Amino acid sequence: MNRMRQIFAQPAARFWIILFAATWLLSKYSWDLYKALDARWIIKYPAAARLPLEDKISAFMQWLVEDASLGLFSFRDLTRFIASLIEGPYDFARSLLIEGFSVGLGNEAVEIAPSLSWIAIIVTLVAMGHYARDWKLAGLMGGCFLYLAVFGQWDSAMVTLASVLIAVPIGAIGGLMLGILAYRSPLFEAIIRPVLDLMQTVPVFAYLVPILFLFGFGPVAALVATIIYAMPPMVRVTIMALRNVPSEINDVGVMIGCTKHQLMWKVLVPSASPMLMVGVNQVIMLSLNMVIIASMIGAGGLGFDVLTALRRLDIGGGIEAGVAIVVMAIALDRLSQAFATRVAADHPVDSDLNLAKRHPWTTTVLVVAIGTFLLAQVLPGIQSYPDVATLSTGTFWSDVIAYINVNYFDTFEAIKTAFLSYLLLPVKRFFTGIPWAWGIFAMTLIGWRLGGLGLSIMTGLFTAFIAASGLWDKAMVTVYLCGVSVLVASAIGIPMGILAAQNDRANRVVNSLIDTLQTLPSFVYLIPVVMLFRVGDFSAMIAVVLYALAPAVRYAAHGIRNVDPQLIEAGLVSGCTPGQLLWRIKLPMALPELLLGLNQTIMLALSMLVITALVGTRDLGQQVYIALTKADSGLGIVAGLSVAFIAIIADRILSASAKRAKQRLGLTE
Amino acid sequence: MEKPILLDCRNVWKIYGAHANRVHTENKGNPSADDLKSHGLIGAVRNANVQIRQGEIFVIMGLSGSGKSTLVRCMSRLIEPTSGEVLFEGKDLLTMTGKELIEIRRKKMGMVFQHFALLPHLTVLQNAAFPLEIQGVPKAERDARAREVVELVGLKGRESYYPRQLSGGQQQRVGIARSLAVEPDLWFLDEPFSALDPLIRREMQDEFLRLQNLLHKTIVFITHDFDEAIRLADRIAVMKDGEVVQIATPEELVLNPATKYVEEFTRHIPRSKVLSLGAVMTPGAPDGDTAGDLQATQRIEDCADQIESNALPFRVLDEHGTVVGSIGRQVVVDVLIGRKATS
Repeated sequence: MNRMRQIFAQPAARFWIILFAATWLLSKYSWDLYKALDARWIIKYPAAARLPLEDKISAFMQWLVEDASLGLFSFRDLTRFIASLIEGPYDFARSLLIEGFSVGLGNEAVEIAPSLSWIAIIVTLVAMGHYARDWKLAGLMGGCFLYLAVFGQWDSAMVTLASVLIAVPIGAIGGLMLGILAYRSPLFEAIIRPVLDLMQTVPVFAYLVPILFLFGFGPVAALVATIIYAMPPMVRVTIMALRNVPSEINDVGVMIGCTKHQLMWKVLVPSASPMLMVGVNQVIMLSLNMVIIASMIGAGGLGFDVLTALRRLDIGGGIEAGVAIVVMAIALDRLSQAFATRVAADHPVDSDLNLAKRHPWTTTVLVVAIGTFLLAQVLPGIQSYPDVATLSTGTFWSDVIAYINVNYFDTFEAIKTAFLSYLLLPVKRFFTGIPWAWGIFAMTLIGWRLGGLGLSIMTGLFTAFIAASGLWDKAMVTVYLCGVSVLVASAIGIPMGILAAQNDRANRVVNSLIDTLQTLPSFVYLIPVVMLFRVGDFSAMIAVVLYALAPAVRYAAHGIRNVDPQLIEAGLVSGCTPGQLLWRIKLPMALPELLLGLNQTIMLALSMLVITALVGTRDLGQQVYIALTKADSGLGIVAGLSVAFIAIIADRILSASAKRAKQRLGLTE
Repeated sequence: MEKPILLDCRNVWKIYGAHANRVHTENKGNPSADDLKSHGLIGAVRNANVQIRQGEIFVIMGLSGSGKSTLVRCMSRLIEPTSGEVLFEGKDLLTMTGKELIEIRRKKMGMVFQHFALLPHLTVLQNAAFPLEIQGVPKAERDARAREVVELVGLKGRESYYPRQLSGGQQQRVGIARSLAVEPDLWFLDEPFSALDPLIRREMQDEFLRLQNLLHKTIVFITHDFDEAIRLADRIAVMKDGEVVQIATPEELVLNPATKYVEEFTRHIPRSKVLSLGAVMTPGAPDGDTAGDLQATQRIEDCADQIESNALPFRVLDEHGTVVGSIGRQVVVDVLIGRKATS
């Protein structure tokens, strides 16, 4: 009791305690208040004061597609032009990988050349693996793609791969160009930075809606969405990589008389290339992730298989396609990472050798491609993997899930009910009960407390926007689901991070686990969760926790590891026990990093939360999803912006607290 | 008698901070340290006047933050000075167009950097040939020239190595080779040996002197190491807080330091390394027998052993061969142990 009084005596603690108590009281009694005062506006934002933003946006999009003219051509022409630019290469990649080249349309189409045989594609990937690193990677590549063939996922996988093959170069080169522009022109950077920030926080579903509207349902729309989604990190990485080139390298370029063009392409970009390759790896992984999600607007491939399986609750099919995505993701990730860290052969190849010997892998691939093409004329099994030899694990997975459900149903149900009644529902009641007016006021107050006037104006306005759009209730469900998931993710992730920071073996295990979790496209998380816990908030929470776990672990481990070793020695010398060392020295010093990790966890949780609309949440994500199925741009954009604003508020508030914590600990210069 | 001036810096200023130009002109182009401070500006280079003569090794010496790196970057216009003139062969670099500047940098200037600044994706040979590649020199020709300079710096046989496979000293040799590939007239070296271990540093200084004996370049050499400065320099400019405090030969610096600061610097330098016989000899032709003749320009360090081991004094000759003084073992011993002259 005494201790409580001590805490309360501190002005900072008093502010938070009073704010929380007031919010809690208002939340609990808002209904009674409304009844007592007969003031319905307390719990429901007045319809008359709603911003007509949704209709305005919808009308604008309608106008854009139907009437807008940009002088010489209409907006529609522009989107068609962009579509045709993407469609050509995409059709080529698809023909090359899976469909074969043909002339003519529909039934009259005549195949003029077959696609590459599955053997040739696998050999190509093995060759790339060996070229990029070693035989081990080559083996992994071969194994992964052979798996796809043997387990009957080849066709879908190749459709997905074709999308990735087109999206990655456009995303990477486009991002590089924008990054270079931003590096050269501070004005352009000032313009593009907020756009990048917004792009990172707007949930992916939200921009599927306008793209669907502009480009129609189909692979091109999916590719446009994928490129837009995958480009921003490349822009960021490019700006950072160019800035990180040592100034002396830049000076060298100037001193030997480079022109501006030479300086960029012969000096800066090559010097920055290791870091740029990290960006390319991100583009690949994000493209894969988005190609899967974009199956909702017609990307086809593995994502489509998962989606249909989810809709039909076809357990086996879902898991099969899901595993295929995982296999492909791991293969692409390892391959692109190997290219990123690849070092050129220490001594250049002897140029006296003939062409074939200098490029053994190119030669092998060519020989195999032509050889299999010729052999396929007699043996069709060489062209496409023979159906009779495919194995299906679908029934196996269905049986496994059925077995688990039959035998452990009660256990799972008990866990679920416990979580729901002791954690999820109370938190939900608290958040959804908060009257909107108090919510705006409280957010303004928090912003002012942590970041001063500027932050308070921003948090206040953003919260007001959400209320005025009439999405307050849905937004509070989002906040609650996000809050609970982040809480659980931190409760699991931070101890894992601390453990990893202090123990080498734990570090290795945790690292490989986190690496794998981060490689998986977000869609995949839904499958096992739905199979075991069916639809609902609890399933959504588990999927979000799994997806958002990585940053909590990473930042905690990083924060603990980066504590000044002298401080730890000082603690040891003063006779701290390991426990005291952790609680008194390491954790307080790692606080800023922990807050940054929390920030990242929230960002990931929000982006995943929207996807969990597929498993039946009733939040903003659901609104976006509804907008997507109805192609309602207005609703999609407003709901998407609301999610983005929640993300931005959380980001700014946590950054401000991290900054304060740093200052208090004297960690800033 | 004096060699012609190759690079002439006149009233060069570099001020960092908001409204640097306005403050500079408001104070008639000569703001005091207090003027700058009151506006929150930093005077990285303040009113530098430096002449670099053909064929000399000109060392700019100062502690970190003294502005020596900024000054050398103003000389090559890597940094745009706030005001002043930088005349290279009589033409002001600061008024040149980008094109003219590129031409001069390509043909007449070379620079070596503290952290080597080698391009990581190129081999030793490609790094050395890089300036020529930029100029569009055909591959066969530039490779031949690059081979020459790589051999010149003693890296023959490592042409196909990558920078990461070389030690620090070897990397800087590549940096030197690269800067020499275009046969520059003016050679900037920005703390070229500071990132190296002391033993390697010494070896590289010897190497540098050997190269200069072959090539006779005009050199601007930056260092924070006074030992290095007196070892290499024909003339030294000492900088402090953005100002050039004194420009003199190493000997003059030691004998007549312009300020307390310079004096503090020179105090712990062994006199024998700096002083020439001319500075400590007894003037006038000696009376009795002598052991031999020595040049007035010789440093004491180089002939101390010889003088000390002879009971008789030596005659000291000037550059025309006339006897200008004498020197005996007592004077040498005084200098060596740092005793104030007994006479």
